Amino acid sequence: MKKYTYTEKKDTRSGFGAGMAELGKSHPNVMALCADLVASLKLDAFIKENPDRFVQCGIAEANMIGVAAGLAIAGYVPYATTFANFGSGRVYDQIRQSVAYSSANVKIAVSHAGLTLGEDGATHQILEDLAMMRSMPEMTVINPCDYNQTKAATIALADHVGPAYLRFGRPVVPVFTDPNQEFVIGKAWMVNEGKDVTIVATGHLVWEAIQAGELLEQEGIDAEIINIHTIKPLDEEAILKSVEKTGCVVTAEEHQLNGGLGDAVCQLLSRKRPTPVEMVGVDNSFGESGTPAQLMEKYGLNAAAIVEKVKQVIARK
Amino acid sequence: MKVEELKATAAQVRRDIVRMVHGCQSGHPGGSLGCTDLVTALYFHAMKIDDSKGADGYLNFSKEGKGEDLFFLSNGHISPLFYSVLARRGYFDIKEMTTFRKINSRLQGHPATHEHLPGIRVASGSLGQGLSVANGAAYAKKLRKEDNVVYVLMGDGEQQEGQIWEAAQFAPHYKLDNLVAIVDWNKQQIDGSTDKVMDNRDLKAKYQAFGWLTVDLLDGNDMQQVLDALAAAKALLGKGQPVVILMKTEMGAGVDFMMYTHKWHGTAPNDEQLAAALAQLPETLGDY
Repeated sequence: MKKYTYTEKKDTRSGFGAGMAELGKSHPNVMALCADLVASLKLDAFIKENPDRFVQCGIAEANMIGVAAGLAIAGYVPYATTFANFGSGRVYDQIRQSVAYSSANVKIAVSHAGLTLGEDGATHQILEDLAMMRSMPEMTVINPCDYNQTKAATIALADHVGPAYLRFGRPVVPVFTDPNQEFVIGKAWMVNEGKDVTIVATGHLVWEAIQAGELLEQEGIDAEIINIHTIKPLDEEAILKSVEKTGCVVTAEEHQLNGGLGDAVCQLLSRKRPTPVEMVGVDNSFGESGTPAQLMEKYGLNAAAIVEKVKQVIARK
Repeated sequence: MKVEELKATAAQVRRDIVRMVHGCQSGHPGGSLGCTDLVTALYFHAMKIDDSKGADGYLNFSKEGKGEDLFFLSNGHISPLFYSVLARRGYFDIKEMTTFRKINSRLQGHPATHEHLPGIRVASGSLGQGLSVANGAAYAKKLRKEDNVVYVLMGDGEQQEGQIWEAAQFAPHYKLDNLVAIVDWNKQQIDGSTDKVMDNRDLKAKYQAFGWLTVDLLDGNDMQQVLDALAAAKALLGKGQPVVILMKTEMGAGVDFMMYTHKWHGTAPNDEQLAAALAQLPETLGDY
């Protein structure tokens, strides 16, 4: 098992803020919009340097999406930001008509996705957003795993023409990916090569998958770990190639089992190469208040849960 | 263009509308006819648009519209009007109107960019979104210090959507004094009169309370009054506030049996009704 270590923990949203600060310098057409959550989205640095390219929209997300579409029509590259809950379900129709169907070059960049939002509870813990955005034609969907990857994804999206949904989170988590990584939209990252099982993970579950890989190694199980940061378009080739070798898959995501990464992988495999799959995710349930760690434990979204699913899926080979 | 020419153009646009809706036996003639004079006046008189033509003989169209006045149609169901005006203005072949709402057409039921129809910048149809998009476009014009006007047309039933009021507070907050919104205040919607379905109450007072300058257009089906209102709106621009024209129209205007009722909101005429309608509308520019 390839060793991954970290020296610090940071929140992925700060990676977004750092990416925006760089774009502020490098991309004069990039704009930031926010619905009264500037500090939460870590936009302070961008706003300080580029006050003219920031649009405070107030607590009016539907209008924000439309304003972003209008700016995109004029040739700007707007990043419309808020919490994932308010940047997906609340404005689904606005994104669908004014952005995706209109091919508007709008980036919807959202924080506090999933259970790890924590204490605010289920009203804010969106676990259905990947499903909504995945099903929308023309939409690119990205869920990076740590600070560095989120920063790299934020920057990469500025040169990607087309609507995109970039989802990240609130808690501090290990920073373990290369700070100078090249982020290619739609291209999986091979975290660890192995032969017994393929673990396909996204977002905060990538670090958990690495932890699971180490635990499995102690039991003599050699896990291949693939990070799918781009849920759509899915890197089908990377997954199919891995499955050819391992013959079974565990998917892991901070999202409902319905409609997320696991579903995407199952759809691919059932069509192209039927393979036993087990899925780690939230099973048809809302979340609740608690610390991020408590919630990930209670809802089965951690290394231990991945290890258990790996054993189940290997038994089905 | 002079008022008589504009009237003649509007008459042809009305013929196009009823013929298109008849041709596919679906679509929305009522609001289209009601707003015909305004949209004709915008594209043939008020708006500054790029008049250069491409090798195909049609107007060059860029979505960005740098240096141009922009128009957004929020109540997208009056698409036949939009398509007729765009075709007659020279964006595409008027013969393409035969494809309205038919399979493999660029003239979708509601306006769309997806099929790359020149003249359309954003999809509309799901109501309440156009003012927000116009906000963004007007904001961009200001950022780029472009001296152009952004127009957006909305329905009055559409004023029942919450997003309209999110957008209505944005424009004055950012002093978008290059934005002219027009509300088609015909007092009709699918289920009946707006008073009965969901009373809009005093739209003028509402917009004023939100920080807009207002222009009353008492008869939006009188071309001279339309021109006067557009001129009045233009004179109010640049004063730190957006402008809204409250335009009273008659749904179905120009075809007597389609007027004074909401029944022609989304109903197509049959052959007999088409003939009766066309008998009231002079063919001024030649049918498609």
